[in-house]
Amino acid sequence: MTPTYYLLLSALLFSIGAVGVLVRRNAIVVFMCIELMLNSVNLTLVTFARINGALDGQVIAFFVMVVAAAEVVVGLAIIMSIFRTRRTASVDDANLLKY
Amino acid sequence: MTELPTVEVASGITSLAWLLFVLPAAGSLILFVAGRRANTWGHWLGVLTVVASFALGLAIFFQTIGMSADQRTTEVHLFDWIAVAGLKVDFGLRLDPLSLTFVLLITGVGSLIHIYSVGYMSHDPGRRRFFAQLNLFVAAMLILVLGNNFVMLYLGWEGVGLASYLLIGFYQDRPSAATAAKKAFLMNRVGDVGLALAIFLLWTNLGTVQYTDVFERIGQVSPGTVVAITVLLLLGACGKSGQFPLQAWLPDAMEGPTPVSALIHAATMVTAGVYLIARTNPIYNLTESGRLVVALIGTITLLIGAIIGCAYDDIKKVLAYSTVSQIGYMILAVGLGPIGYALGIAHLLAHGFFKAGLFLGAGSVMHAMDDNVDMRRYGGLWRKMPITFVTFGLGYLALIGFPFLSGYFTKDAIIEAAFTAPGWQGWVFGLTASVAAGLTAFYMTRLMIMTFFGEKRWEELETSDGGHYHPHESPLSMTVPMIILAFGSVLAGFLLTNGKALATWLAPSLGELREAEGGALPHSVTPWLVLALSALGVLVAYLVVGRRPTPVERPERVSLPVRAARRDLYANAINEAVIARPGTWLSRFLVFVDNRGVDGVVNGTAALFGGSSGRLRRLQTGFVRSYALSMLGGTVLVAAALLVVRFS
Amino acid sequence: MLLLILLLLPLVGAAVVAPMKNNARTAKLVALGFSLVSLVLTIVTWFSYSVAAASSGTRFQLELSVDWIPAFGTHFALGIDGIALVMLALIAVLVPIVMAFSWEERIPEGRSAAGFYSLILATQSLLVGVFAATDVFLFYVFFEAMLVPMYFMIGRFGGPRRQYAAVKFFLYSLLGGLIMLAAVIGLFVVSGEQLGSGTFTWVDLQRMAASVPESTQIWLFLGFFLAFAIKAPLVPFHTWLPDAGAEAPVGAGVLLVGVLDKVGTFGFLRYCLPLFPFASKTLAPLVLTLAVIGILYGALLAVGQTDLKRFVSYTSIAHFGFIALGIFSFSSQAFAGATLYMVNHGISTGMLFIVVGLLITRGGSRLIGDYGGVSTVAPLLAGAFLVAGLSSLALPGTNSFVSEFLVLLGSYPRQPVYTILATVGIIFAALYVLWVYQRTMQGPLRGSAVLGALDTVGGPGTMLDPALSAKRSSGFPDLGRREIAVLTPLIVLILVLGFFPGPVLDVITPSVVATMNEVGLADPVGGLSQ
Repeated sequence: MTPTYYLLLSALLFSIGAVGVLVRRNAIVVFMCIELMLNSVNLTLVTFARINGALDGQVIAFFVMVVAAAEVVVGLAIIMSIFRTRRTASVDDANLLKY
Repeated sequence: MTELPTVEVASGITSLAWLLFVLPAAGSLILFVAGRRANTWGHWLGVLTVVASFALGLAIFFQTIGMSADQRTTEVHLFDWIAVAGLKVDFGLRLDPLSLTFVLLITGVGSLIHIYSVGYMSHDPGRRRFFAQLNLFVAAMLILVLGNNFVMLYLGWEGVGLASYLLIGFYQDRPSAATAAKKAFLMNRVGDVGLALAIFLLWTNLGTVQYTDVFERIGQVSPGTVVAITVLLLLGACGKSGQFPLQAWLPDAMEGPTPVSALIHAATMVTAGVYLIARTNPIYNLTESGRLVVALIGTITLLIGAIIGCAYDDIKKVLAYSTVSQIGYMILAVGLGPIGYALGIAHLLAHGFFKAGLFLGAGSVMHAMDDNVDMRRYGGLWRKMPITFVTFGLGYLALIGFPFLSGYFTKDAIIEAAFTAPGWQGWVFGLTASVAAGLTAFYMTRLMIMTFFGEKRWEELETSDGGHYHPHESPLSMTVPMIILAFGSVLAGFLLTNGKALATWLAPSLGELREAEGGALPHSVTPWLVLALSALGVLVAYLVVGRRPTPVERPERVSLPVRAARRDLYANAINEAVIARPGTWLSRFLVFVDNRGVDGVVNGTAALFGGSSGRLRRLQTGFVRSYALSMLGGTVLVAAALLVVRFS
Repeated sequence: MLLLILLLLPLVGAAVVAPMKNNARTAKLVALGFSLVSLVLTIVTWFSYSVAAASSGTRFQLELSVDWIPAFGTHFALGIDGIALVMLALIAVLVPIVMAFSWEERIPEGRSAAGFYSLILATQSLLVGVFAATDVFLFYVFFEAMLVPMYFMIGRFGGPRRQYAAVKFFLYSLLGGLIMLAAVIGLFVVSGEQLGSGTFTWVDLQRMAASVPESTQIWLFLGFFLAFAIKAPLVPFHTWLPDAGAEAPVGAGVLLVGVLDKVGTFGFLRYCLPLFPFASKTLAPLVLTLAVIGILYGALLAVGQTDLKRFVSYTSIAHFGFIALGIFSFSSQAFAGATLYMVNHGISTGMLFIVVGLLITRGGSRLIGDYGGVSTVAPLLAGAFLVAGLSSLALPGTNSFVSEFLVLLGSYPRQPVYTILATVGIIFAALYVLWVYQRTMQGPLRGSAVLGALDTVGGPGTMLDPALSAKRSSGFPDLGRREIAVLTPLIVLILVLGFFPGPVLDVITPSVVATMNEVGLADPVGGLSQ
């Protein structure tokens, strides 16, 4: 088994996620891109765990999932409240904290 | 070096000596605190305290004079004033012939002038304040002469400065009075710095400030330091006594009420410089050059005073410059050393009488003339004010050295001694003093003629409030002191110098009066020279002023010397140009530097931080995506750095 | 224990007074009561302090020490020597006077008198702490904490530019304080190297002072020095004082210039000299230069001021120069003079501030040019101004003379040049006092503030501050009863300490002699020999 493909896939997913975070304005999409990045990292972790024959990577991947779940809860709540007050989900409109 | 007297512990009435200055001090305090409630009786309290002091002074004097000469120096220790680790400043008094002489002069003349002031100030709403301040002056002056160490002297020294400041500025609503008072205090402070530094030098070298210890051990100090000490003490004396180059304040001090001019700026305070040098004679005895400086300053001043005195029309200013000049004689005398100390004190006492009398006379004239001081508006007053005329005339004769009156004995003795100074000094001191005696005769005669003789120039003139002048003789409370002082001016010289009474009495404090020997001119010639010059002065004055009518307005087209003299030989102009104006500029410049420069740096630093953080916060755009981009950039950078480190 | 009560009592008072927002009169009375009890306690402290014990070598008395943070070796340790004792006495005397003076002070909209009086009590408590601490860390805590109530007093109750002044005061002092904190930590580290375990206890630190290498001492000294030089203030770190002094309410100004600034000079004497003796001696010329510049520069600037309160602040800068001169001349006389100067300056400048405050309340303007000829309408006020001024110019017979004389006399043997320059400063002192007196008090009635106040029909002229003009009283009355009661104790102190400084000097002397020993120098003339 060659890990290279897995790692390449993971890098590809991460890049898509990163670019998505940077270029998209819709908060939900940005959010999903972040999830994409997290999962690409999970993929890498599992791959290396498999290569090295240790369980550490898989354990960390579980932690990442838990954190991601918590993040989704809080993040979606914030997005919801912003959407309620401003009738938009664009991240560029929430700029009250600048300067 | 003179032998120092042994110091006895005070006994009998002498141990009450502290009452001498406590009485007037208490009087002053009561009058200040009691305020308006004391308006009806305050002046009498003022008189009473000073008269009581005088009586006590007399009692102590008679007790002392009953003792043998070597027991006449006593000290009274009251309490430790300032005591820190090795430094001990007594609040203590030294009663010896010198200080007792001054006590009698101060309280005696002081009593007369207090009594005079009751009449003189009777119409003034501030009379109580006046007496409070006058009492304060007497107390401070007594501390000055009675203190047994240099710090007590300094206490009295600045104390009289304060009293003088208050009294010169007594007419507070006059800007000129306020300015004159401030000027007097400041120029005195310049002198005080000298006195203070002299004290520091004594402390550094001897570890004490008590007279007794200093005089005992002054011989251990290096000659250079002794000269420095004498010059610094002289600076103090110059400030207080209105000597060159600090003479300019004294004439301005005439803004004060006339009794003040008589007591403070003629008879007592301004002679403190002479007292200082006489008191510290053990120091001056050690240094020829220190004494020479003193004598030179005295000589310069006596000439300056006499020259300027000739040009003024203001009766008080003429008398003021006369005072400057006469104190110059005294300083010259004490600068001559052991041959002159007692002569200086003798002239000081005689001067105390006749100059106080002259000032009181001038006050009486002003009282009659609606406070006008311009002699050009006087004239022919002798008929209107006979008592003033006679007493003033006697003072005048005493001052110009009319044979067998005070000045004749005391001033001529100084001139005689001046001629005996070695080498060129004898000629310079002697001749200058003689010429100044002639000038003295001139300006005083001019004053007499313009005031008491000639046309009644006031008849056609209006007073400041539009009325006419009604010259009249002053009340008894004013004339009696004048009469007593006139007696003093006539007799003092003879009594003091007859059989060297004063010199013998003062010997425990000043050392034996040494006979002046040799010198530039034979002793038989000097009196005639001085007499001739004085007569010439009188004659010239008669020719210039007495034989033609005096113009009421001051002629402006006058010769250069007169113009210079009218402007105080440019002393004020020099002070203004060299000190006052650059000082003002410097102050303004520094205010600018402080606000813009020093504070500018502080505020600049604050502005720098504020400004740069203002720039930096622009980076916070509020676009989440741009934050994310910078995070990504940062991560890439860190990763790249790690890779570089790893694989390089 | 006595010191702890003295420290906590005003703090309790502050807590009690603070909530009484709706009843200003009760708040003032309660606060005054607390300050008077403190005064009584301070008198008890004064008599509990034994001069004999101090002379025989006891460094601190009335000591109290509790472990505070054992891990850092900090103690809550209090104790006083003669120098601290006289400062405590000064605080205790000034606080009731300040309160009585501020009785009718108009409080700005939205603020309460209770708050002001509570802040005064808080300041008093922290000041007691700063002078009584014998643990360097505890000292540091008080040193920084005392900024807080003063910041609020200036910032909430001050003049038109109060916020600017308060922030400047706070930041400037904080800068110095933080640099000092670094030095305090450094000192702890050094003590760890020298003594085996780190400590903040003053006595232990002093004991090791002689063995600390000079280069280390210099760095630590500079850290402390900067904080104290800002606090004192020495030129060129002085520019916060005129702003703070001018904008602070007069009562706060008295405490600020009268006591709080003395922490700086006290710090020189208590911390810089004994803890860093080598560095103090090495760097003395630098400090002396700053001191003498301060004397002359402060005086010349005082001459040029147009604002009465800034004028008083600048005179203080000149006076602080004298104190620093005395401290860095290393002689018992100069030390005693400098310590006494701290007390006397508190009294005389406090009085000057108060008199200026009375003038401003009447005229509604802070500009000197708005006054003139006041002595005609208010002779008592003019007289009080003159007394304060004469004390400020150190006229013999007033308290300041004794201290200034001791400073100069004690400094001369070791530092003749600096002393001569400083002595010239007394001419300027006379100039700035008498010139302001002449411009405001003497001459004919003039100046828009005076004429405006006297003229019931016409309004005031060029008022500096509308808030001040609003609280202007009608007419230009002479001193009232309360004002006389405020000023009388000060005048009495000025005269009594001028003629009988003995009791105070006796308390101070053993402690300054101890300081001389800690510096390790003999007196150049008289006194200590080694």
